[in-house]
Amino acid sequence: MNIVVLVKQVPDSGAERNLRTDDNTVDRASANNVINEMDEYAIEEALKIQEAHGGEVTVLTMGPESATEAIRKALSMGPDKAVHIVDDALRGSCAVATSKVLAAAIRQLNPDLVLCGAESTDGRVQVMPHMLAERLGIAALTGARKLTIEGSTLTIERQTEEGYEVVTASTPAVVSVWDTINEPRYPSFKGIMAAKKKPVQTLSLADLGIDAAEVGFAGATSAVIEHSKRPPRSGGTKITDEGDGGVKLVEFLATEKFV
Amino acid sequence: MAEVLVVVEAAQAVGVKKVTLELLTLARELGTPAAVVLGGPGSAEAYAEKLGEYGAAKIYAAESEDIDGYLVAPKAAVLADLVKRVQPAAVLLASSQEGKEIAGRLAVKLDNGILTDAVGLDADGTATQVVFAGSTIVKSKVTRGLPLVTVRPNSVSPSPAPATPTVERIEVQLGDNDKLARVVERVAEQKGSRPELTEASVVVSGGRGVGSAENFKLVEELADLFGGAVGASRAAVDSGFYPHQFQVGQTGKTVSPQLYIALGISGAIQHRAGMQTSKTIVAVNKDPEAPIFELADFGVVGDLFKVVPQAIEEIRKRK
Repeated sequence: MNIVVLVKQVPDSGAERNLRTDDNTVDRASANNVINEMDEYAIEEALKIQEAHGGEVTVLTMGPESATEAIRKALSMGPDKAVHIVDDALRGSCAVATSKVLAAAIRQLNPDLVLCGAESTDGRVQVMPHMLAERLGIAALTGARKLTIEGSTLTIERQTEEGYEVVTASTPAVVSVWDTINEPRYPSFKGIMAAKKKPVQTLSLADLGIDAAEVGFAGATSAVIEHSKRPPRSGGTKITDEGDGGVKLVEFLATEKFV
Repeated sequence: MAEVLVVVEAAQAVGVKKVTLELLTLARELGTPAAVVLGGPGSAEAYAEKLGEYGAAKIYAAESEDIDGYLVAPKAAVLADLVKRVQPAAVLLASSQEGKEIAGRLAVKLDNGILTDAVGLDADGTATQVVFAGSTIVKSKVTRGLPLVTVRPNSVSPSPAPATPTVERIEVQLGDNDKLARVVERVAEQKGSRPELTEASVVVSGGRGVGSAENFKLVEELADLFGGAVGASRAAVDSGFYPHQFQVGQTGKTVSPQLYIALGISGAIQHRAGMQTSKTIVAVNKDPEAPIFELADFGVVGDLFKVVPQAIEEIRKRK
């Protein structure tokens, strides 16, 4: 089973993140740029499937030149190769345009399965798997906490508010996974060394047959008008419990009309 | 005034979800609210009264076993046809996993922009979003097509505006590509009588400091006093204290209740991402340096196993 895993480079969610003041895009220069944490679960799942069923695992990334770091990190876990879509015209692409670009690349790679994390930690939009499925005319099984494969049949457990759903589809399909599905492996030293030699193919918009006017700021279907830092919460009261902390807490809740 | 389509979220057990009433309230600012019910046979009839109470002038009812029989795609297909036909002023959905997924498919089908996780929406379609763990406020607009926006629960207070909706039946016509992901089973997991985490007005969450699964009973007891939901930090979930579906934070649920009570939660950025827009925040933690106190409107430095039982007793006394 040939698998494509979508990987995104994002600003580290554990550090301060900003938007640029000039064009409202993510400020990559000031950020610590890392692989989207959720993607590691998708990579792990791909590697487990490969171990059981064979085939090839390809990492697919769209992003600037610097996203190479995230690709190498992904490859150090074990995938065979990577494809990096990089083109200056892509800057400022909205989700709709991004899905067009990724779908074009996936068509070229023609995998049996596309795996991705349930969301990116920067945008947290969660729409990409269904957008890709819509464009590719294949199934989307999203929010998987468990994935089983029998022949060409994929079955997932999808967490819902009420419990979970069991959803099934045939390959080819897009599957997104939550962080409860597995425990991602740490790259070994050997894996890190090997990743440096693994093939990374770069694709431009021209290679994908997409006009620059359809993507980036030029082709965006939505725009950020302005952004500002949210003022820090202030004016809070902090007390130390001296035997009456619970009562004081309830007194506060009473002044706020919660009790 | 043009219609504003509101995609209804409902479940048999609870009826129309509160977030849908919030969407109907918001929709009135943009035009005439029309509710779209996508579900099995009988859905529209079951929900009509509630939808009318909150201002739905019309209900579009698409009822078919196929809508619930396959994941998301049938709903998007029906909705896309409806949007093309009635040319609404905007389409609003709940910012739930499914709401976002339907909106995503709709955006591709219509080649239309999409805005997710709005916490506010102006009459001109400008959405307010809070990003990067609550640190940054963003104003955005759809620049191609109509405003297609998913809105977070608890972004506005639902207010009634009684209307008597007319019901228009929509014939459900699906293609093969809408029926690729088949739902073979829906399993209800034990949840009790507590409200849904994202919809609750009060959320009481426990963290690593709660110490064990057994001790989460204390968190539940406090939540139940408020008729609230129970949440857990990632540390508590990873330690096996509480199930993952109740995780609040970066890789879990985002909540925005009137009152958020954090017990034994340090307030790592991973957790803050999921609760920072709560209206009032209260924290109990034994570490005076815990970052959660930077957010808390009221914080108690102390042992939660002393403070919380005392608070529970005091609340009972006052009731």
